[in-house]
Amino acid sequence: MILRLIERTGVFLVSLAVSSILVFAFMAVLPGDPARVALGVNASDEAVAELRRQFGLDRPLPTQYFDWLGGLLHGDLGTSYVSKVAIGPQVFDRLQVTLWLVVAGMIIALVVAAPAGTVMAARHRKISGLALSAFSQAGVAVPAFLAGILLIVVFAVRLGWLPANGWTPPAQDPTMFLKQLILPALSLGLVQGAVLTRYVRSAVLDVLREDYLRTARAKGLRPFQALWRHGLRNAAVPVVTVLGLQLATLLIGAVVVERVFVIPGLGSLLLDGVSNRDLLLVQDVVMVLVLAVLLVNFLVDLLYVALDPRLRTA
Amino acid sequence: MKPSFSTRAVAFLASAALLAVTACSAGSGTSSGSSPGGDQNLSIGLVAEPASLDFTTTDGAAIPQVLLGNVYETLVEQDDSGKIVPSLAKSWTVSPDRKTYTFDLVDNAKFTNDKQFTANDAVFSINRVKTAWTTSLKAAMDVVSQAKALSPTQLQVTLTKPSNDWLFRMTTRIGAMFSESGVSALATAPVGSGPFKFSKWNRGDSIVMVRNDSYWGAKPYFQQITLKYFKDATALNNALLTGTINVIGTVQAPEALSQFTSNDKYQVIEGTTNGEVLLSFNNSLPLFKDIRTRQGIRMAIDHKALLDTCWAGRGKLIGSMVPPTDPWYEDLTGVAPYDLAKAKSLLQASGAVGKTLRLRLPTLPYATSCGQVVKSQLEQAGLKVAIDQLEFPAAWLTTVFKNADYDMSIIAHVEPRDLGAVFNAKYYTRYDDPTLQGYLAAADSGDEAAQVDNMKKAARRLSEQAAGDWLFLLPNLMVADKSVKGLPTNAITENFDLSKLAR
Repeated sequence: MILRLIERTGVFLVSLAVSSILVFAFMAVLPGDPARVALGVNASDEAVAELRRQFGLDRPLPTQYFDWLGGLLHGDLGTSYVSKVAIGPQVFDRLQVTLWLVVAGMIIALVVAAPAGTVMAARHRKISGLALSAFSQAGVAVPAFLAGILLIVVFAVRLGWLPANGWTPPAQDPTMFLKQLILPALSLGLVQGAVLTRYVRSAVLDVLREDYLRTARAKGLRPFQALWRHGLRNAAVPVVTVLGLQLATLLIGAVVVERVFVIPGLGSLLLDGVSNRDLLLVQDVVMVLVLAVLLVNFLVDLLYVALDPRLRTA
Repeated sequence: MKPSFSTRAVAFLASAALLAVTACSAGSGTSSGSSPGGDQNLSIGLVAEPASLDFTTTDGAAIPQVLLGNVYETLVEQDDSGKIVPSLAKSWTVSPDRKTYTFDLVDNAKFTNDKQFTANDAVFSINRVKTAWTTSLKAAMDVVSQAKALSPTQLQVTLTKPSNDWLFRMTTRIGAMFSESGVSALATAPVGSGPFKFSKWNRGDSIVMVRNDSYWGAKPYFQQITLKYFKDATALNNALLTGTINVIGTVQAPEALSQFTSNDKYQVIEGTTNGEVLLSFNNSLPLFKDIRTRQGIRMAIDHKALLDTCWAGRGKLIGSMVPPTDPWYEDLTGVAPYDLAKAKSLLQASGAVGKTLRLRLPTLPYATSCGQVVKSQLEQAGLKVAIDQLEFPAAWLTTVFKNADYDMSIIAHVEPRDLGAVFNAKYYTRYDDPTLQGYLAAADSGDEAAQVDNMKKAARRLSEQAAGDWLFLLPNLMVADKSVKGLPTNAITENFDLSKLAR
């Protein structure tokens, strides 16, 4: 158990270090000069060189890298080249927005997938199960942004029930916050839910074939009772893995969905940063995303142990 | 083991309940519509969000669009027809040698830091362009040799040589008046004397401006104006359709206008801009040094068909680098009319036929859509055209603009009166023409009549020499709720004037 924990922590840290090098290297080779973008079309080469010096872009790459890394380790994300404001608070603000989306999307995905997948498995030879199955297949094929556009056209533009886009912080106006959250969360959640449904279905199907479930039925439990009492926990192990992977997908999906719904989250910060060649900001945002994904995977690893006692002795 | 079942059940029920609550609140509250504030508030949808609020160190159109005229004022400004009119300067005189300008300033203007606006602030602002500005636009102030406060309300500016262009540039961001004690945080907390105050910036979303109730001039109608930013043209349209905003400041997809023109809840405004969409040639390449290649390309393009195809017929055909609101505008579309047979023979003669030309496009809507039309039209005249797209601004600026590593490109030059800036040997057009430079110099130093006359000659020269091809002039297209008044027909200044808007 301890050994496993140390091993997973080691993998987590090494992945993080390697990612930081990759992210930095990618930014370094990205064409386009942040100083020139800031100074505009007619800027003289001298002015651009001077600004590069101010940004610290004239220093050797390893120096720039370790400077950045040192800052990160102290929790200092640096100052944006373009807006001249500290990056840390910006990333934190935007991350909160994105997390609302991701969490809401995840909840919707789970609420859809857990019952639908179970029903599909329980009725996998019946018409209702097959219909649900076909429906989820279709859902898997739809990208989140397309779902978003369709939802906007139907529920905002045609029916006028919900706003087409925008974002209000929950503390400012909770009702508006919820209204504006529904469509983006649905476009993320429904698509992820469709994917998750497939996994829940196969996990539950596997469990239904197990001997212990037959035993549970034999001692007098009804099929659903048997599944609820003895099946779900076992079915949860593979589903949690997928959930972890999906959380990463959701985070990345949120980047695109934010664009469709004009939500000031991490995704739009990232896109603006790329467009302005605000390299430090882009590096930081990508690192935060990488950290989030690695952290989720790390936690999933730990969660296995909690869910499956066999792994504790392994 | 058992508690975990109930935990799971509780979690499941809780999330289901949350969803139900969310769904209910959605159903109940939305019928009233999401109107952006009351009568005194207005919400305008724009495209490019500023990266900073400091236009002295960051270039781009987005910052002056918000701040100039609204937060910062200039001594002189341009009216809707392009004329230079008073603003913080009530009047001005020019010395007979045209080198000394004396401005009489208003005496009741005040900055939002409660400091009075005086000639000293004007001197400070003019000098500061040379010392503290870093963007390339600062060069417009190089011609100033001295700025002096004669009294708190009188300013004298001496130029090294006569320059009509200088006074005009004073209507742009270069002429913005700053408070001496208000420049410490330009990027985040601008201090000006204008009709609006900067209130709040929700980065990635919107900028909120509030009325400056101690403004010295006519007070604006709206108490609060929110500028909301949309990268996506469809999202922008949807925001107006669903009532999130009241005005689309710049329509990004003219082909989608019909949904507004057919609905009498909305008004569509169409006028002109300063944005000449230029098919630029790299005039330093041997092939483009041959005037027959340049003329052949111009004549191979059916501009009317191009405009109809790629910008829904909205916009104006101009034929040179001058928009209709400049005093020296002439319709020069007849200089190189569409003539495929003649184009073919010109291109044949210059040896361009069969050669592959690189059309390197920025990733901007008009450039990508018009680039395809240009390609197909030029290929009908026997050229081969290879399109590649460069991310705008960063990649395009480095490749095309700085390194001139291109044969042809398409970009809208949106700066006002930019004919001389765009067509010279140092610029990416690499257009070296002493005759043109002669006209421009004469225009800058002469009186008003000489300026107009020489600028006309310059524009005609460019068109006849086919230094580039002017595909069309970008239209000023706005859509707004019918009740909004005071929207400008033409968008020819750097700023979006919020003070004249009303309901």
